[in-house]
Amino acid sequence: MSATIAARDAFKPNWTARLGLIAVALYSLYAIGQLDISWARLSVGFGEAGRFLARMVPPNFARWELLLEGMIESLQIAVLATVLGIIISLPLGLMAARNLAPWWLSAPIRGVIAVCRSLHYVIVAILFVKAIGFGALAGVAALTVASMGFVAKLFAEAVEEISMKQVEAIRATGAGPGAVLLYGVLPQVASRFIGFSLYQLDSNLRNSTLVGIVGAGGIGGTLFAAFKRFDYDFVCAILLSIIALIFVAELVSGRIRAALR
Amino acid sequence: MSARQGLVIKGLVKEYVPGKPVLRGIDLDLAPEGITAIIGPSGTGKSTLIRCINRLVEPTQGEITLDGEKLTGIRGGQLRLARRRIGMVFQEYNLVERLTVMENVLSGRLGYVPLWRAWLRKYPAEDIALAFELLDAVGLPDHATRRADALSGGQRQRVGIARALMQRPALLLADEPTSSLDPKTAVEIMELLARLTQAANVPVVINIHNVELAKRFAQRIVGMEGGRVVFDGPPEDLQPHHLRQIYGGEDWL
Repeated sequence: MSATIAARDAFKPNWTARLGLIAVALYSLYAIGQLDISWARLSVGFGEAGRFLARMVPPNFARWELLLEGMIESLQIAVLATVLGIIISLPLGLMAARNLAPWWLSAPIRGVIAVCRSLHYVIVAILFVKAIGFGALAGVAALTVASMGFVAKLFAEAVEEISMKQVEAIRATGAGPGAVLLYGVLPQVASRFIGFSLYQLDSNLRNSTLVGIVGAGGIGGTLFAAFKRFDYDFVCAILLSIIALIFVAELVSGRIRAALR
Repeated sequence: MSARQGLVIKGLVKEYVPGKPVLRGIDLDLAPEGITAIIGPSGTGKSTLIRCINRLVEPTQGEITLDGEKLTGIRGGQLRLARRRIGMVFQEYNLVERLTVMENVLSGRLGYVPLWRAWLRKYPAEDIALAFELLDAVGLPDHATRRADALSGGQRQRVGIARALMQRPALLLADEPTSSLDPKTAVEIMELLARLTQAANVPVVINIHNVELAKRFAQRIVGMEGGRVVFDGPPEDLQPHHLRQIYGGEDWL
């Protein structure tokens, strides 16, 4: 009796997964060898890191005017890019939704959104700096493109998940296409759309601190200059300010999200 | 208003897949008054028939007219003008869940008011007054500002009826309006539907599974089987042999 029970397998071994894990472990060891990562290299690196960190404290806020100017510019870039991106994403997302738009419209719009998403925003920022010159305008343009890609895609997916029964009921009243959108579609996706927009604002605040490194305006330029001059105490001050800004933004958007529920 | 000639359906055929008709030539002539109940087994095309009338489903062949005006073959703005005269009540209520009860009821006016009014919720005063009247009539006087997803099934269907009547329709379609409700609520909803449509003098075409409810509330019963009309007459003429023909078998009787 007990022998027959033992003979039955309750769990089947998954050899594919086991072999896959072994392969990943072996490749990681091989990569460490290729990249010349050794204990000697690590100990040198950690020593350098210690000296670097020592030069960062205490943070130096003496040039606070420069810091504030850069932070405000970053904030403006982020807010402008988010607002523009959202305004463009709303129609774009609706046109990309396959349950509402005909395929000849949704397919090309999905293509545009995919292109917006395919390039990293720093690469887009470099392109804009080359095309329209140094400064905040290039940063706004780059982050607007990034926002379009993100918000429009998620918005289109949200629209594709709505209940068509509610849309059908509004259509049955004789409502035109605009009224169907206002009463049948948007109420179903409004809170999610606001959620995506808030998330994108968070994201743009972070990203706007970086586009300055390639010359597209904001605190990133100041940060990069401080690095090049080895002003590590000022670098530390800038980093602390960025962290503070992101924390505040998270707090505020968290509150708004909670209030929407 | 033109003389009311009621709903006339001639040779209606619907094929979702070519060569496999769901409706195989329906001819019906419905007077512009009273309740007509369509009964029949699941999958026999009752719902398709009702949806062909307000063109939520596109008929393959045939002609439908309401009070002499063609419903088939029209498109765009003309179709919207036709639809706004036809109210519809759904099995699963199909309220817009995140809108309030009042917004759902007023959405019955969307075919009438300009877009900016709908957007800014600036409905004409007489529409708002009618909406409150209907909410009182369906027994939800204090629910105007509640969100639709906060209501129970029976309450939602009451809002669904108010929304349909808000259109001041010339015809009301009801697609299994009681199938998602418990037996007691189902009777209450049918009583409400019968009372309000009679008061507003609106003819009703209703799909219904429950034969007893159909016999109790309808003045005319249309039995369908296999995409065809196999019984058409007053409830008292509906005999067990008709039901056997409509639903097949007899053990359930």
